[in-house]
Amino acid sequence: MTNLVFAELSNGKLRKTAHEAAAFSAQLGNTIAIAIGRANEGELQKLGSYGIAKVLHVANESLNNVFSKAYTKIITAAAKNINADCIILSHNSTGKSVAPRIAIRWNATLYPAVNGLPDNGTIRKAVFSGKAFAELTFKDGLKVITLNPNSYKPIAGEGSATVENFEVAIDASDMDYTILSIEDEAGGHVPLPEAEIVVSGGRGLKGPENWNLVEDLATALGAATACSRPVADIGWRPHHEHVGQTGITIKPTLYIAVGISGAIQHLAGVNQSKVIVVINKDPEAPFFKAADYGIVGDAFEVLPKITEAVKKLRAEG
Amino acid sequence: MKLLVCLSRAPDTTSKIAFIDNNTKFSENGVQFIINPYDEWYALVRALELKETLGGTVTIVNVGKADNEQIIRKALALGADDAVRIDLDPADAYQVAANIAGYAKSGQFDIILTGKETIDYNGGIVGGMVAELLDLPYVSLASKLDVEGSSLKIEREMEGVKETVSVKMPCVISAQKGMAEARIPNMRGILASKAKPLTVLNPEFTEAKAAVSVYALPAEKTGCKMISADDAAQLVSLLHNEAKVI
Repeated sequence: MTNLVFAELSNGKLRKTAHEAAAFSAQLGNTIAIAIGRANEGELQKLGSYGIAKVLHVANESLNNVFSKAYTKIITAAAKNINADCIILSHNSTGKSVAPRIAIRWNATLYPAVNGLPDNGTIRKAVFSGKAFAELTFKDGLKVITLNPNSYKPIAGEGSATVENFEVAIDASDMDYTILSIEDEAGGHVPLPEAEIVVSGGRGLKGPENWNLVEDLATALGAATACSRPVADIGWRPHHEHVGQTGITIKPTLYIAVGISGAIQHLAGVNQSKVIVVINKDPEAPFFKAADYGIVGDAFEVLPKITEAVKKLRAEG
Repeated sequence: MKLLVCLSRAPDTTSKIAFIDNNTKFSENGVQFIINPYDEWYALVRALELKETLGGTVTIVNVGKADNEQIIRKALALGADDAVRIDLDPADAYQVAANIAGYAKSGQFDIILTGKETIDYNGGIVGGMVAELLDLPYVSLASKLDVEGSSLKIEREMEGVKETVSVKMPCVISAQKGMAEARIPNMRGILASKAKPLTVLNPEFTEAKAAVSVYALPAEKTGCKMISADDAAQLVSLLHNEAKVI
């Protein structure tokens, strides 16, 4: 099996999800990578550390941002060029925009949002917003796979990939739209869907003015911040921080929920987290049933203590 | 303006998830079905708002069996003008997309709207596939949508960034939180919905590509280790030494 992995760039650097997809793809079979947009050779050579021998690079500056039609044209052309039978992308905003198009244009089967390598003729994805898993029949023939962020831990070894220029003619009809502006909303934090650690606040924090408690802990941990739905709905926090069934679904290594009772809709967005910590003053909060560690107590007293302990640990570290 | 909104039926967000027939089938026992929230709260409601301010029609398309008509009637009660149900219990997203595109091809819709994903299969595929099948621009993950002449101005919320784009109609849009607020149908809408046209079409495409072979439930948590609030710092050492996550 020959795979083509899409190694996504952001400001000239490989995204964290590109490392995940590359390592996953190399584990699945012989892999060549495709990168689109500005990047220096050294950055792309890093993909060799996952056992990828070659990177095709479309060094077209007008494609630094994602356009689903243009990216589909390039990735499909590269797959044909190397005679690939599987294309792998991350299931992030780019993968969600591009992979369905590729699957149609390439007449392939799309396995969306998978959680790991195929096993015994099936490949697993989360369904019902994380409340269950489905095993999809992994067939022969052309395939497109999108890998859920934070589902596959890339372990880099030795090695450096060779970088080859790859050209595909792109014209105006390949651009879906015009980008008017791009605003950074992460504010220096890791983007929420890619974060390994997430600190999340709910109504128990009593008001937006108390969010410094959440932010201080997040900063100490190098974490992203999130919130529950009621908090986004009343405008204490922006909508893009809302995790849960109708917000975004995340899969961090550590999820710390502060003042969130744990309604089933919230759990659906976070229950794929590896370790869950719940801090709530109500010992009956349903979230404790889904948690690994719990503290019954007042967030205003407990959070500063934890933040201090993290700072101390990091200072010793 | 002609708007097409793709609706899926999904189990209510509070549903207990269970499986039957050796874990090959979702158990519908005691489950309430709703319009997939992303399709309803964001895609449908925004389409209705555009119709109310700019004029035009909102058509519903659903791929499903007759038991989907309850949610289709709700969409009509909310204010959609007419609906099409393509009579197929879909086994994967490709079947849904191929049938929607087959229907939409001749409809000359200005905007085709879907939710960003369904809350049951969570694939997020249908919009992109429909766009490719119809060779239309695709703007995914839209959290704001306004009409400006023959274009749409759209905000997209992605990993840590908000992108504002301008796209020409016709196009396909996937909607997420922020685009509109949920509505409740009123009595007049409910009564009117009964007389609105709901056409049933036979599916043109019946091939499934990525069907589910079996379902599984996640392992139950083994229990929550409680730490005293007075000794909150201990949490950090447990996360470091025991769970090894920091």
